[in-house]
Amino acid sequence: MRWMWIDRVLELVPKERLVAIKHVSMAEDHLHDHFAATDVRDQLPLMPMSLVVEGMAQSAGILVGHANDFKEKVVLAKVAKAQLRKDPTPGCTLRYTATIDRFTENGASTSGVIDLFDPTTSYSDDAPAQAERIGEIDLIFSHLDRNSAGTQYPKENFVFSDSFRTILRTSGIESAF
Amino acid sequence: MTRDEILNTISEILVDALAVDDDEITPSATLIGDLGAESIDILDITFKLEQEFGFKIAQGELFPEGITQDPEYVQDGLVTAKGLEMLKERGPHFDMATLEADPSVENVRKIFTVEALVNFCEQKLQAA
Repeated sequence: MRWMWIDRVLELVPKERLVAIKHVSMAEDHLHDHFAATDVRDQLPLMPMSLVVEGMAQSAGILVGHANDFKEKVVLAKVAKAQLRKDPTPGCTLRYTATIDRFTENGASTSGVIDLFDPTTSYSDDAPAQAERIGEIDLIFSHLDRNSAGTQYPKENFVFSDSFRTILRTSGIESAF
Repeated sequence: MTRDEILNTISEILVDALAVDDDEITPSATLIGDLGAESIDILDITFKLEQEFGFKIAQGELFPEGITQDPEYVQDGLVTAKGLEMLKERGPHFDMATLEADPSVENVRKIFTVEALVNFCEQKLQAA
């Protein structure tokens, strides 16, 4: 589960959209090195944007995989757009909303938005933390076995591992996989 | 939709999909050579064409797949007569003159130009 960058799927509308969340925790190893203290600066723990992209890729990837009962090997082929206006810090929660724009036998394109819940800036006794839209990530996925070069891959679906199965099960999402 | 309007829409799609400048997009520019497109970009471009023009594109319709790996179509580094015939039949949007003059396999990608893309969209829109 060390390479799961979402904690729970909140909503899955088959072939349409998926919403997932990720809590950013100080216990995560990568935050210790990103960024480590220097002679002139204290430690600055931030979730790297590359991992935010991975979180969106996992969210959108599950949505695309679910559309065909996880029979296809769905791989991230291209990051068409990635914008992030704020760095997620420990204590924040990220919400990924991925939407399928196009879906064909070759692959799919998705658009996604990222909302940040930061308790230090948006929490009050009267209202829960409010979401702030901090970015957009659009992705292209390919169905690996339908690649144009005709390359053959192992039959087993090595993309959707047990980790994905566990996320779906603990999120209460029923699936054939 | 006029041919110029089609070209403008295609230019916007290519600028977005391939991160190229619009002045690089000339009718004779090749997608895979001049504009640096990779196979996955073709999938991206296909999605964007479908979205912008509202037609469906079947697998291999825009650019026939697997030609260069098929011994029936390529022998000793040259596209065979059967290969050229297949490309003409399945790709009426391509200008085959260069490839027919020199059927080297590395010239196959050169028929996939911006102009071929415009022809393709024009033909699809006319057929709709």
